[in-house]
Amino acid sequence: MERIFEGKELMKGKDILSAKEMTKTEILALLDRALEMKKNPFEPILKGHLMASCFFEPSTRTRLSFEAAMKRLGGEVIGFSEVSSTATQKGESLSDAMKIIGLYADVIVIRHPLEGSARQAAIATEKPVINAGDGANEHPTQTLLDLFTMRECQGKLEGLSIAFVGDLLHGRTVHSLALALRHFAPRLYLVSPPSLAMQDSILQELKKSEISFSFHQSIEEIIDKVDILFMTRIQKERFRNPDEYQRVKDQLILTPDLLKDARKNLKVLHPLPRVNEIAKEVDDTEYAYYFQQAENGIYVRSALLATVLGK
Amino acid sequence: MKKLISVAAIENGTVIDHIPAGQGTQLVRLLRLTAHKKKVTLLLNLPSQSMGYKDLIKVEAREISEEEASQIAVFAPKATLNIIREYHVVKKFTVTMPEHIEKVIRCPNERCITNHEREISTRFGVNRFGNKVQLVCQFCEKSFTHDTY
Repeated sequence: MERIFEGKELMKGKDILSAKEMTKTEILALLDRALEMKKNPFEPILKGHLMASCFFEPSTRTRLSFEAAMKRLGGEVIGFSEVSSTATQKGESLSDAMKIIGLYADVIVIRHPLEGSARQAAIATEKPVINAGDGANEHPTQTLLDLFTMRECQGKLEGLSIAFVGDLLHGRTVHSLALALRHFAPRLYLVSPPSLAMQDSILQELKKSEISFSFHQSIEEIIDKVDILFMTRIQKERFRNPDEYQRVKDQLILTPDLLKDARKNLKVLHPLPRVNEIAKEVDDTEYAYYFQQAENGIYVRSALLATVLGK
Repeated sequence: MKKLISVAAIENGTVIDHIPAGQGTQLVRLLRLTAHKKKVTLLLNLPSQSMGYKDLIKVEAREISEEEASQIAVFAPKATLNIIREYHVVKKFTVTMPEHIEKVIRCPNERCITNHEREISTRFGVNRFGNKVQLVCQFCEKSFTHDTY
């Protein structure tokens, strides 16, 4: 589909495949629209529109928030939530499946375990495609809701001091978010065990955009310097060596006592689900903001659906 | 006698010279020369003044275009192509690095959709950093250097 978005014009018909390729203007327009949705939720502006929810692998929050967003805006949803109920099991190609589903629905939301699958879906159909996660590659709506939440809790996006904590090597969330933040001149603190440090290709991109960043191995080192503490899960399934997982899994756990030197405006974010990296007691502090972050998913996804459908 | 290469000159076709030693077989594959029904000669590890050692390919009865040649530039950035007609070189050109490489190479990322759906043509963006060439898959967005292949 063609890019027709310019300035404040709507992104009608546009595919949303990768946060990396979104311009600052596009991002800000979507965040503004999401804010509008949050202030005036759920007007039935998508009545008569149909969303195909194509989840080739399991997801709870992303799928439900997309479906809730569509229904709250008056639209209808068709789709599937596991591959076993599709013709893919019989050997049908993704391209064929998307071409056909595009004939039924007005917008397609796809999650698929293979990287690049959302782009292939977008090639196969004329209808706008929203990537709800393609393997380890991209999850642009997560990035947008993270940006929305940062702006909401700090009152701005420009020039924030942000610490990314946890597995910075494998997590697509931090990769996409770090690259999207290039537009907003952040100061980044990268907190991880050395074996899970952010990959070089992302660091090169940050350097090219003249983003300042530094490496750290503990939360104590940076807690008094940051506006946002962005925690991530250390994912067991990413480790080939179980000993290495055991060694690093408990190194970066946020507890209330670590927050004693925090700035007043600090907010802790996390894409969820969490395992043990944020102690339950942190939930009751003024710093916890990850549940509000999860709630924002529905407003950002509402804004996206309305925008690509030209409403 | 030492300098003579015991392979006959071709009457019509293309000679690809100055291929880095070790890349000749890769180019045969990329240009799908094994499917060419005429004679193809692959010479490996020839002494070269400028390169130390080089590979060379002679393709009978096929004139490789500049556009086709650009698709192999990542693997042989200094390659020269000689178009031969009736035993004479009628055109000589070097490869130019394209902005995109389409179809000829597969994505090394096993989790990329292009390795799972037969009908998808691969497409890579080409970035240059000094002497290094980086390919970026337009599907899975992963970056690779040519030595990954």
